[in-house]
Amino acid sequence: MFFVFQGFWLVVEAFSPDFPILMKAVVTVMPKPAILDPAGVAAGRAMEHLGLKGVLSVRIGKSIEIEVDGANEAQLHEIAHDLLSNPVVEDYKLTILS
Amino acid sequence: MPKVTTVIRCAVIQFPGSNCDTDCQAALNSFPGVQAEIVWHKETSLAGYDLIVLPGGFSYGDYLRCGSIARFSPIMGAVRLAASTGVLVLGICNGFQILCEAGLLPGTLMRNRGLLFRCEHQHLSVEYTGTPFTSGLNKGQVLDIPIAHGEGSYFADKATLRELNANNQVLLRYADADGVTSDEANPNGSLENIAGICSHGRNVFGLMPHPERVCDALLGGTDGRAIFQSILDSISKTSAARV
Repeated sequence: MFFVFQGFWLVVEAFSPDFPILMKAVVTVMPKPAILDPAGVAAGRAMEHLGLKGVLSVRIGKSIEIEVDGANEAQLHEIAHDLLSNPVVEDYKLTILS
Repeated sequence: MPKVTTVIRCAVIQFPGSNCDTDCQAALNSFPGVQAEIVWHKETSLAGYDLIVLPGGFSYGDYLRCGSIARFSPIMGAVRLAASTGVLVLGICNGFQILCEAGLLPGTLMRNRGLLFRCEHQHLSVEYTGTPFTSGLNKGQVLDIPIAHGEGSYFADKATLRELNANNQVLLRYADADGVTSDEANPNGSLENIAGICSHGRNVFGLMPHPERVCDALLGGTDGRAIFQSILDSISKTSAARV
């Protein structure tokens, strides 16, 4: 009887897409192209000051690494949109690593 | 029949990291007939309050973005509900940032143009007086109210900005002592010198300057009182009309 049960769960794990699985993801948040990024401009000036020639653009964003057990991609998109980025001035990119 | 004394009840929301909450409470309680209370952000009801204040500070350490985490505090459901029923909501500095993050006001507040935290006296020009927050002021009046922020540069897309202007939702702009809204008088790079805006329904007001800090001559000024007086007079009038 015990073995029958174990076999049942293995089947569920393999075929149900909603079954909790560990997920690693990275959310990259960047200021939208049209938005002035004063911190990026200041960092760019410092690069020139250090001798780097031809600095055309520097944009500073955020990278957020997430490990989560039992979430799906749609939920992560929701979190990235509502919490991790401000859609008024920022774009995000969600990358699922594993 | 017993005499009914009208008390104006104000809630000052305290988030972890708020630091202007007791200043707001003290400023409000310095007016007669006002009862201002601190309400912890984990509360879920704001029933019975005439005014809700989201004070300045650094809620959640300004982690992620200013106001982005406070926006999801349990109390925000009640703030949203109150705002939708016409209760007056005032967001000062970090409170303004929270209201923008929550979508109760359009646009957002970005890093100051010069990257510096600006903590100084600032002149403001009163742009529109047809709201409960500015009804006691005069159009073009110059107020001296301090600012203290690193992320106060107001931004909204072109369509939103057009709408704000068309609907007279810009209530205060950064100006010089003569009320001229020049670029030199703009401390943080805000679009069109915007210092404070209200919602389409005119019952939610957010501003970066701190009126609660200039409500007592001992503290260097009283120009903030005009804003609170407007709010309290508007509330009194509304409740009188209701009775």
